[in-house]
Amino acid sequence: MSEVLLAAQNVTKQFPGVLANDDVSIRLRPGRILALLGENGAGKSTLVNVLFGMYRPDSGQVVIKDETVDLHGPDDAISRGIGMVHQHFQLVPPMRVVENIVLGDEPTKRGLVDLDEARNRVVELSERYGLEIDPDALVEDLPVGMQQRVEILKALYRNADVLIMDEPTGVLTPQEADHLLGVLRELTETGLGIVFITHKLREVLAIADDIVVLRNGKVVGETTPSQTSESGLAEMMVGRSVVLQVEKSVATPGEVVLKVNQLEVNDDRGQIALDGLNFEVRAGEILGVAGVEGNGQRELVEAITGLRHPSVGVMEIDGEQLTSGSPRQITKKGVAHIPEDREKHGVVAVYSVAENSILNRYHRRPFSIRGILRRDVIRGHAQDVVDEFDVRTPNVLVPASSLSGGNKQKLIVGREFSDEIKLLIAAQPTRGIDIGAIEFIHRRILEQRDKGTAVLLVSAELDEILGLSDRIAVLYDGKIMDVIDAQDADREKIGLLMAGITD
Amino acid sequence: MSRSILRTVAIPLVAVVLGLLIGAVLILSQNASPSTAYTALLVGGLGDADAVLRTLQKATPLIFGGLAVAFAFKAGMFNIGGQGQLLIGAVFAAGVGFGIDGLPMVIHLPLALLAGAIAGAIWGGLAGTLKATTGAHEVIVTIMLNFVAGNLTDWLSANPWKDNSGNNIVARTPLVEDSATIPTLGAVPVGFLLAVAAAATCWLVLERTTYGFEVRSVGHNRNAARYSGIKVGWIMGSTMAVAGMLAALGGAVESLGVDGRFEAGVNVGLGFEGITIALLARANPLGVIPAALLVGLMEAGASRMQFKAGVAPELIDVIQALILFFVAAPIIIRWLLRMRQDTSEQLQLGAGWGKS
Amino acid sequence: MGEVMKPQQRQLLYAGLTVMLVIIWIFYSANGPQTTAVLAGTVRAATLLALGAMCGMIGERSGVVNIGIEGQFLLSAFAAFTIASMTGSLFMGTVAGIGMGLMMGWLLAAMAVGLKVDQIIAGTVLNIAALGLTSFFYDRSRSLGIGKYTNIDLGPLADIPLVGTVFFSRPPLTYLTMALLVVVHIALFRSVWGMRTRAIGEHPGAADTVGIDVLRLRYLNVTLAGGLAGLGGAYLALEAVGTFSRAMSGGRGFLALAVMIFGRRTPFGAYAAALFFGFTTALQNQFQLNNTFDIPPQFVGMLPFVVTIVVVALSGLVGSMRDPAALGQNYEKG
Repeated sequence: MSEVLLAAQNVTKQFPGVLANDDVSIRLRPGRILALLGENGAGKSTLVNVLFGMYRPDSGQVVIKDETVDLHGPDDAISRGIGMVHQHFQLVPPMRVVENIVLGDEPTKRGLVDLDEARNRVVELSERYGLEIDPDALVEDLPVGMQQRVEILKALYRNADVLIMDEPTGVLTPQEADHLLGVLRELTETGLGIVFITHKLREVLAIADDIVVLRNGKVVGETTPSQTSESGLAEMMVGRSVVLQVEKSVATPGEVVLKVNQLEVNDDRGQIALDGLNFEVRAGEILGVAGVEGNGQRELVEAITGLRHPSVGVMEIDGEQLTSGSPRQITKKGVAHIPEDREKHGVVAVYSVAENSILNRYHRRPFSIRGILRRDVIRGHAQDVVDEFDVRTPNVLVPASSLSGGNKQKLIVGREFSDEIKLLIAAQPTRGIDIGAIEFIHRRILEQRDKGTAVLLVSAELDEILGLSDRIAVLYDGKIMDVIDAQDADREKIGLLMAGITD
Repeated sequence: MSRSILRTVAIPLVAVVLGLLIGAVLILSQNASPSTAYTALLVGGLGDADAVLRTLQKATPLIFGGLAVAFAFKAGMFNIGGQGQLLIGAVFAAGVGFGIDGLPMVIHLPLALLAGAIAGAIWGGLAGTLKATTGAHEVIVTIMLNFVAGNLTDWLSANPWKDNSGNNIVARTPLVEDSATIPTLGAVPVGFLLAVAAAATCWLVLERTTYGFEVRSVGHNRNAARYSGIKVGWIMGSTMAVAGMLAALGGAVESLGVDGRFEAGVNVGLGFEGITIALLARANPLGVIPAALLVGLMEAGASRMQFKAGVAPELIDVIQALILFFVAAPIIIRWLLRMRQDTSEQLQLGAGWGKS
Repeated sequence: MGEVMKPQQRQLLYAGLTVMLVIIWIFYSANGPQTTAVLAGTVRAATLLALGAMCGMIGERSGVVNIGIEGQFLLSAFAAFTIASMTGSLFMGTVAGIGMGLMMGWLLAAMAVGLKVDQIIAGTVLNIAALGLTSFFYDRSRSLGIGKYTNIDLGPLADIPLVGTVFFSRPPLTYLTMALLVVVHIALFRSVWGMRTRAIGEHPGAADTVGIDVLRLRYLNVTLAGGLAGLGGAYLALEAVGTFSRAMSGGRGFLALAVMIFGRRTPFGAYAAALFFGFTTALQNQFQLNNTFDIPPQFVGMLPFVVTIVVVALSGLVGSMRDPAALGQNYEKG
């Protein structure tokens, strides 16, 4: 048994304009779980890609099983026993499980792929490690938790000694996440080592044997769970003490602003995504919609913002029936929307900051008159947004692509908040942005709520939901399992509801 | 600011030079002299007032054709139907041009142009609407419509609208009335001025109006545009209609100004050159003008080149293909000029055949 | 992913086939020679379209769009014709055609995969270049002295009425194409190469992380696929027509793309679609020969193109003909 399964020694990697890894050293021993913690942009992904052979380090070495190696690519790393389970699954959806697992390493008979042999091997592996799967199922038909299993089996099929897992629990319910952590523990008992990348402090403390914290490309802390705490870890990640939970006053809800009755909405494939939804949101309160992604959240947000029309049911905003309203009609009613995928829906990367600041209101006065854009007014407005919402940018004329994720999100928030709004729909508002910006956005959302805005918060981050919401609705399989007051809610209860389990 | 203009112009400029260089090699392969050939080309296009007039006349449909591709490009659509749209515009403009008489020019001419424009708008809008409603890719549909337009205009000019005067057997319409003929303002053909005006209008619309903002938004990020409340389907349909109208105007100007009629088989290939022009101009409506002038120059001088140097005029097509290649793959030129890569400058369309 | 059909679709297919066979039998009884001519013409037109479709589908399954098939047909036909005419050997001409197709495939790969040029623009460059070059070097005086490929009877099979003449009494390249249908099918759906090809077209990232060189495989596939288009060009010049003329590809390279989509990017599906399109072309020729229905030739000429538009529009509506997920996108590592 090797002393060191996988290690980075003084690894440095430079990209144009950013030093992603600065003299980073980590060490993974057999049978242990190493948690790699850090914000977006801290260098975790880069480091892991170096270990996996995707990138060559500018200086420093990679050590695999006590041997210093020079990796030529992922297949080199794979052949040496390094397996990677990606955050965004690297699976071919229309192909079968067995095909996905053996891709690149196919058993052959007479020059053609031997699927029978492949199937046997997959079944054998899944039984050995307790990861049940149907080899002939199409990956696109599998639920997310099962897809992750396929990813793990891919690595095990190639005789991995090390599993690198990149943010594995983001798409799982709390129970599924716990189950996964259990599986990982069992895997380590066979001598497997695991590098576990995450930003979830709670999980780190629950599962890790060793913890390494990265910040701005450097290692800023090495510790173990017994020696630290969530706030300690957060402080290391950010470099200053961080308020993990923003102060929240008691809500004083007013009139009903959003009312949804027996709403049925179909997804892109024509299947039912929302099945008879009933709920309401009042002015001055935050209704958090909890649930693992894929249970209808996207369709819910699209239905309320007018991008998708319900097949059955009624939706009222501020007393007006707007079930089949267009996005523009709904916005005019005083509805603001922070989209969950800012790159795809929130900004046009090539447009300037100024153009993005009026992306969905260019047709209104004062930004345009009779079809002609008023560029000076637009520029002035953009500058106001940038100043008030702390968007770090040299000026408003640079393309939005030059902004960081957090600043893009602040720009979007600033854009949406610049009118008087009655209803705010925030979908995954702090996904993928640094802790400082998260703090900022949470504060602004609470501010809106205190001003009397009704807020519908849709988030897969349970901590965010628990921290901000006044009431919590749990969405599972297109239905609302229950709506609970925040003070009566805890992770346990919500987690069960998220998995569809009612008592 | 001037630095970025230099950068934008550098690549097309060098592409032209490289195209001409390789063209010279081809000329040599035909045992002709490049210097004689290119000199004749230049003289034929710029040598005297007649030559300049020819160049401007050749450039006119090219500007329209280039705009037809560039405008659609801004919305993320690839309009390869310029050829068909041009033919449709040409034949319908000619139809109104010869079919009605007794109208004063101030009514007849705009009417004829309008007829061509509307026909082209329908032709282009058809492709755009199909894409918006069924997801049918505009590349295939516009190419098919090119062939349909070819057949349709052949039939029109050989049957109901045929010129049966004298001993004519060729498929063509009668001459258009004088009241529908485009005049020249001194030495400058009005058609050319129309083209320049169209280019300027396109630029203004795209950069300064809300409609243009919507078009560009759809072109850059269709999803974000949808989320901003823009009706993407309407933009797709209307952009292609505008594009069709532009190409059709090019054809109309040919019928009413240069040829004086519609004749089947003339104007072949003009639409495709619009693609080269648009790409040379990097889809910038104003850039279409110099690009069209350049290609127009080459075409105006081509017959003189054949006469003086014995080089087939199709060489111009080959040079155009080469220029297009170098503009589309600027990395070669960048390497030559030691320029840095700027991915935002790369023209991208890429999408599959179905709904995205 | 062996392109399994749902039971209802299968039933519909059998019903449609039966109806078609009945109609053909009726027409054959009424006018044997004309029916045979039309069906033979169908196969003749379908061969070219099938080759183009196979070229397109190999590229598209890898994630690369090729709208330059038209140019590949044209330039390869030119090369095949010129070499065959110069050497007096149809075989050498065919080889030249395939070679030209490979070269153009390589050019497309270099532009689209290597230089990351937008794939549609790259294809357009091929088309414009082919038109320009063939026009420039076109020698009107050249002819194919030896004559084109002639029919080879496949023994007793050729004696079967109707079917024998149509399918088993054809020139060699037609047989080659039919054989290629089987070869490409097996390659795409049962071989290691095929599985990897399909993977890089759907999710290149997945293939990359298991060590498959996405760019290299795309390069290879687009180049090789060009050979199929090259064979198509050779077929056009040396078997179907027997000479070369300006722009002789006549839009069929684009029709081949519609055939590919309609045939769900599989060889046998494409052949069925090609037969369908070929039928409309053959009908067009028959009408023009006999002036059967007094329809102006231009309108009959429009037929294949209008049908294509309808097909492409319906494909979008039907929705089950799904593009490879990564089609048209340049692949960036990491």
